[in-house]
Amino acid sequence: MTTSGSDVTVENVVRGVAAGHRGERGALLPVLHAVQAELGYVPQEAIPVLADEFNLSRADVHGVVTFYHDFRREPAGRTVVRICRAEACQALGAQELVDYARAAGLPLGQTTPDGAVTVEQVFCLGNCALGPALEVNGRLHGRVGPAELGALLEGAAAS
Amino acid sequence: MNAHPVKVYVPRDSAARSVGADAVADALQHTADQGGIGIELVRNGSRGMLWLEPLVEVVTPRGRVGYGPVTPADVPGLLAAGMLDGAAHPLRLGIVDELPWLARQTRVTFARIGVTDPLSTADYLEHGGLVGLRAALEREPADVVAEVTDSGLRGRGGAGFPAGIKWKTVLGCADELKFVCCNADEGDSGTFADRMVMEGDPFMLIEGMTIAAHAVGATEGYLYIRSEYPEAVATMRAAIGIAREQGWLGKAVLGSALDFDLHVRVGAGAYICGEETSMLESLEGKRGTVRPKPPIPAIEGLFGRPTVVNNVLTLATVPVVLAAGAAAYQALGVERSRGTQVFQLGGNIAHGGIVETAFGVTLRELVEDYGGGTYSGRPVRTVQVGGPLGAYLPTSMFDLPMDYEAFAAAGAMVGHGGLVVFDDRVDMAAQARFAMEFCAEESCGKCTPCRVGSVRGVEVIDKIIAGEHRDENLALLDDLCDLMTEGSLCAMGGLTPLPVRSALTHFPDDFLGGRRSLEIQPVRATGSRAATTTEGRA
Repeated sequence: MTTSGSDVTVENVVRGVAAGHRGERGALLPVLHAVQAELGYVPQEAIPVLADEFNLSRADVHGVVTFYHDFRREPAGRTVVRICRAEACQALGAQELVDYARAAGLPLGQTTPDGAVTVEQVFCLGNCALGPALEVNGRLHGRVGPAELGALLEGAAAS
Repeated sequence: MNAHPVKVYVPRDSAARSVGADAVADALQHTADQGGIGIELVRNGSRGMLWLEPLVEVVTPRGRVGYGPVTPADVPGLLAAGMLDGAAHPLRLGIVDELPWLARQTRVTFARIGVTDPLSTADYLEHGGLVGLRAALEREPADVVAEVTDSGLRGRGGAGFPAGIKWKTVLGCADELKFVCCNADEGDSGTFADRMVMEGDPFMLIEGMTIAAHAVGATEGYLYIRSEYPEAVATMRAAIGIAREQGWLGKAVLGSALDFDLHVRVGAGAYICGEETSMLESLEGKRGTVRPKPPIPAIEGLFGRPTVVNNVLTLATVPVVLAAGAAAYQALGVERSRGTQVFQLGGNIAHGGIVETAFGVTLRELVEDYGGGTYSGRPVRTVQVGGPLGAYLPTSMFDLPMDYEAFAAAGAMVGHGGLVVFDDRVDMAAQARFAMEFCAEESCGKCTPCRVGSVRGVEVIDKIIAGEHRDENLALLDDLCDLMTEGSLCAMGGLTPLPVRSALTHFPDDFLGGRRSLEIQPVRATGSRAATTTEGRA
């Protein structure tokens, strides 16, 4: 009946999530957020299911998934560190944090081979008076220097 | 335990938490419990004196006494010194309301923020909550619109369009289904007032949106919050749930004829969705591409229906306009910039935070008096005003008053009142290049001047910095900036030339080459953005 067990899982998750948002106007974004919350990313197999659920073309759904930075096409590391690189944090040395992460073997956009840490850039976390700022698994940190970033990365790698 | 536990405030605002407010709150509770001391810990919003966070306040007979910035390690010493009686300590700041930085401000929109527990309905009502909504519900929609128009309130999101005129257009549409949308996609660097409103006084925003709904005849509202603000999302959702239980939202709001319900929608990391028409597309479940105007959203907005789209600060200011009256609000400010603006001091600044004051305050007062100069202690070189699409201004322009028209005449913009300070180490050619690169990365791709122009902008700035045919390339950049300004569909492409040109005008020497430039890491090639970024995941 089905080609693999994972197909069943993705389809079930997507259909379940979509059912929970039926009746909401323009529900595709909330559904994509919910799928990502369940699975950690939006797998390719989710796209035809979403197209079917919302009576859209696959191209439409693909277009939405790929337009937004938040939706991942593959799983992230267990810890996601997002370094703010917007102007207010630039003014306080955000680039030093990026350089530090890169020197530690964590260039932006990459996940460590063991799947422990992903380091990304973000533009503005709304902590512009207490920069440089970054976010670790959704938790905001202000006045972060390279030493503190080092400690955060080490803690993440050990987890 | 004391019969009357002492009330202690520790902010729950994200910025305060980012520098340890949660740990301070835990330490306070733990240490007090161990000593058998009764305290009532309240997690308030932030007063906006962010360099003092975590700012602990203790209620005393003389007023709320502040201590800050407090670390968890300070807590046992503070309690031993008699903090709960407001006693002396090196971290004691005095009566918070009397601190000059706060006392000099005119807190209108931010009057409750940092004072109350954001999710306490009792606090809200005790501090003037719902007075504006009750006043509005007793009046005809057209009267409410007239009050907002007369107040002179202009959109605080950046464009400064008069709120009342927008509302009047929506009111004049005959459709049965109309929407109120709050744009809470505060993506500009140097702005955090919207976040502080949502985390610190969520009922005020709900009240403002409900007044807007009554004024224009809307029955549904959407609050589009950026995903980078998870605490604001959580607080607004909680507040909406409480408001429904209280009958402040839903069927027959406060027993009136108004039915209005409100939904939170979370963005997905696209800067362009701060543009109102992109936000509407995103709310409809589509890619957040810009719509050409006309039709204006007031007539054909969300799902093609008449829609009020306002920024958080605009809607949050509406309750006080209705409560105090248009004249009281109008009495503040200068020229056609009426009322107060919530200035946000960020970047390399000693005393960063929120300064709410009447329009007409000068940049110098904001940066030097309130801001106390740079955090690094080095000389200020430039301030970018109004976000990434705002101009970089030199210190020679610091006497410019904060006034929409005065700024526009000087080739700058007040925008949403965000100020980002840089010290003398900033490379302005790199900042100009960054402006173009940011536009290339975040352009929705709908129009060519923005999508392609920004990529060409990066290239031509690189050539100028490298000294290749400098005069020809400067002329080309000028031409490109004209084209982007005139030919782009929205502010993203249309205003990116502002930071670029201001950097060139005021800091030409930085473009003579030799300094390092910033490079944005392309995340992935996506849809239309494929044209503007290098391929694949970095």
